[in-house]
Amino acid sequence: MAIVFEKTKGLTDVQTHYCPGCTHGIIHRLVAEALEELGVLDKAIGVAPVGCSVLAYKYFNCDMHEAAHGRAPAVATGIKRVLPDNFVFTYQGDGDLASIGTAEIVHAAHRGEKISTIFVNNAIYGMTGGQMAPTTLVGQKATTAPFGRDEAHCGKPIRMSELLATIDGAKFVERVTVISPAHVRKAKKAIKECFKVQIEGKGFGIVEVLSTCPTNWGMTPTEALKWLEENMIPYYPLGNFKRPEGVE
Amino acid sequence: MAKVLMKGNEAVGAAAIEAGCRYFFGYPITPQSELPEYMARELPKVGGVFLQAESEIAAINMVYGAAGAGARVMTSSSSPGISLKQEGISYIAGAELPCLIVNMMRGGPGLGSIQPSQTDYFQATRGGGNGDYRVVVLAPSNVQELVDLIIEGFDIADQYRNPVMILGDGMIGQMMEPVEFKKPKQRELPPKDDWITNGTKGKRKPHIINSLYLAPEELEAHNIKLQEKYRKIRENEVKVESYNIEDADVVIAAYGTTARIVKTAISQLEREGYKVGLIRPITLWPYPYDEFKKINPQCKGILTVEMNTGQMLDDVKIAVEGRFPVYFHGRTGGMVPTPNEIIEKVKRIHGGEM
Repeated sequence: MAIVFEKTKGLTDVQTHYCPGCTHGIIHRLVAEALEELGVLDKAIGVAPVGCSVLAYKYFNCDMHEAAHGRAPAVATGIKRVLPDNFVFTYQGDGDLASIGTAEIVHAAHRGEKISTIFVNNAIYGMTGGQMAPTTLVGQKATTAPFGRDEAHCGKPIRMSELLATIDGAKFVERVTVISPAHVRKAKKAIKECFKVQIEGKGFGIVEVLSTCPTNWGMTPTEALKWLEENMIPYYPLGNFKRPEGVE
Repeated sequence: MAKVLMKGNEAVGAAAIEAGCRYFFGYPITPQSELPEYMARELPKVGGVFLQAESEIAAINMVYGAAGAGARVMTSSSSPGISLKQEGISYIAGAELPCLIVNMMRGGPGLGSIQPSQTDYFQATRGGGNGDYRVVVLAPSNVQELVDLIIEGFDIADQYRNPVMILGDGMIGQMMEPVEFKKPKQRELPPKDDWITNGTKGKRKPHIINSLYLAPEELEAHNIKLQEKYRKIRENEVKVESYNIEDADVVIAAYGTTARIVKTAISQLEREGYKVGLIRPITLWPYPYDEFKKINPQCKGILTVEMNTGQMLDDVKIAVEGRFPVYFHGRTGGMVPTPNEIIEKVKRIHGGEM
């Protein structure tokens, strides 16, 4: 009998701790498939810092290095400088990358570190229980913004892909989401293209994935997908912001 | 090898390269910037990598990554910068990775001053970052010893998979002295290939570098394992220089450059007929507590001399266990104790005036 589907070798058989309806699971699978399909799983080293994905080292079937909150790009820099022929990626949330770790991500991009970053943006701190993130939308409620994010008080949410795309060392920047099968296919294409930028030694690459957090948004999984589409995509437009010259 | 005249900070770099260190991640801060400058010049010549990080926090996390990848790696800074590195040092200790950290101490608290001090003794010997961990702390007293401890420090780090800190001060970093590069004592260093993250190559299970243990039973077991390692370090790695303590009427405890000033004071006191001993801890952790048991039981008192307001003093009291009165003399803020100040204190202890 012909095999029509197989689970990627890039994931372990461990059951994840992610909440029902959370899109981390899909994103993990896309990253794992990309590692396997590009033939770099055997030489991959992933860096997972603090956040919902702090336990990602249990799920990715490659060498993993757990990092402090926000510091993954610095840890990945240390690894890549020692092992330039290996494949090094970080998997970071929005509290991690867009708040406590802004210096590390900006400077890793600025140096043109040959690493790849998967940036999962769900507009909230998930692991710690729904606090306001730098990416929380204006008016969106969070446990530390009980009346909704007030622009006058704490500004508008930060758009990291747009910011990073201004940096010369960042060679690939794209924002995707995984709220429908079509979006999932586009997301995977972006992740693979981003990874190729590292494999070809061109510089830093990042894929921002708009993701849901039904638990902390207080929604059902389907409501969350709809909320993301109607509220996040208008503020965080999908699309490619940057790719190496000469590449379509 | 012939002796060469080198500035302390540059001698650190030369010693590290001699020891096989090929990766340096740092950030500028006075009074240690000659070291990253030296590494920026010299590491590329031996196929190594020098990288100036965006902050001390990033630098120590680069060290964390590089150590996980199996490299001999180091960073350096001075007091306020070392404070910023504490987060990373805690992770490195928790994940049990080897690395070398140099702290050329300056005055504090806060931005303090750029003059030499010994005010980070507590931070270095009591952890500094969060959690129940230890860093091996080596305190050189001259540039030759600085070089020797750098070279041996990398071996100690590898042997125990633990961060090692060189605790110097602005004075030792800035002074020039003749040095030679000697091989350290031969150690059995464990292989790294059973834990480093360098890709599975499809031949082994993934390696995970981690300090997170969510189950309390697992974290307790991990901490017990760490403590067992620290016990071995206490057993095997204590280094101390002591002088005339079985016969002394007064014993002085001092480390680093302060101990050199103390030696000048002791020579003068001996010429005047006083019997004065010295305990100079070379490892500040593990601390040479047992050395204090050898002190003359008739000794009139122990004088601790430091460039701070009394930090190693706590360890001296722990070591003495109430057998002798313990006195303190310290200068701080970049002020350096003079031999005359020390001589006067010793005479007062000797005369029963303190």
